[in-house]
Amino acid sequence: MDRIHDLGGMQGFGTVVSSPTEPVFHERWEAVARALLMLVADAVQASGGEFRHSIERMDPGHYLTSSYYEHWLTAAATLAVEHGLVTTAELEEAAGGPFPLSGPVTAEPVLDAGPDLSEPRFAVGDLVRVREWHPSGHTRCPRYVRGRTGIVTRVDGIYSVPDIEAHGPARRSEPTYSVRFDAHELWRDGQQDVFVHVDLWDSYLERP
Amino acid sequence: MSEHGHHHPAPPSAIERRVAALEALLTERGLVPDGFIEDVTRRYEAEIGPMNGARVVARAWVDPDYKMRLLANGTTSIAELGFGGSEGSNMVVVENTDAVHNVVVCTLCSCYPWPVLGLPPSWYKDPPYRARMVREPRKLLAEMGCELPAEMEIQVWDSSAEVRYLVLPQRPGETDGMTEAELAGLVTRDSMIGVARL
Repeated sequence: MDRIHDLGGMQGFGTVVSSPTEPVFHERWEAVARALLMLVADAVQASGGEFRHSIERMDPGHYLTSSYYEHWLTAAATLAVEHGLVTTAELEEAAGGPFPLSGPVTAEPVLDAGPDLSEPRFAVGDLVRVREWHPSGHTRCPRYVRGRTGIVTRVDGIYSVPDIEAHGPARRSEPTYSVRFDAHELWRDGQQDVFVHVDLWDSYLERP
Repeated sequence: MSEHGHHHPAPPSAIERRVAALEALLTERGLVPDGFIEDVTRRYEAEIGPMNGARVVARAWVDPDYKMRLLANGTTSIAELGFGGSEGSNMVVVENTDAVHNVVVCTLCSCYPWPVLGLPPSWYKDPPYRARMVREPRKLLAEMGCELPAEMEIQVWDSSAEVRYLVLPQRPGETDGMTEAELAGLVTRDSMIGVARL
């Protein structure tokens, strides 16, 4: 989905406020939220794709104005409701107020994922172009590389395709690659000696 | 101050009430094992953090064979020092040189090599860093205090699939007499993300 989490290259966010060290958890609720998500994900057997998609489905305004651990809490509560562990009414009653959850899944579940791909289609040094498409569900293909051409610099392991596992029990595994893009190819701004590596599943790529 | 004149702790915030609500409901359903929350919290506060990555870097600085193995296979070489697991089972280590600077980001969420760096700092997870590091890394690095020579090549690594990245910073000068443990003390979290040089 072309949603707010897909931040690469977006403009207008201003400075990065950093400090060399900070507490692992600033407040106790952050640690609890983190642990609760682990427990919920385990209880409902959520795949990595389903977990990430439950954050990505947050209202964009809520996403941008809440911290990472509020994202995790929202994901935990959303998955708990969607899998029938708790109800929204119970959450709101216990919280004594509103309990914003992520929006519904809009993509259809994948019924037939097709056969696994066990052999890489591309090798180190190959030129590849990223497919230009806009899926309605979860994907790990960032918008800023779609339609762009890069070079394969590493062939990595074979992994479950997130776009499929996020939407039901079906699974397909494919090789993954690290693809290097010249920053000028991405942004057309004349930057020199800057390269961006993005790790991509096989089906995100085509021959240019 | 309450109406009775005693000091009371601040009432819980909306987010604290929501977390407590989910915790209570899941506990009621038997889904929160005793001590689980405290245990996970303690591990990430005390055992898993950038001090682990610093040991990997210091070893690579003093042992050329280890460094070769580390760059060839990050996962198994990091496991030699006892680190691995969630978000670290497929590690790639990228080396800074006089000519090349590496920096790591996750534009889609907040992927980060937990076993060697711990949990990510807030700024790594917030929109400005994720939006800008792939678009204008030289400018953003300079803003963050890491000014690079104009001719230095920059390699940005967006952790968008299963690999997690660790930057191997260059060993600082005038450290010849230092022990491996002393060297580890020089290695910062930011130098292993790639937003600082040592």
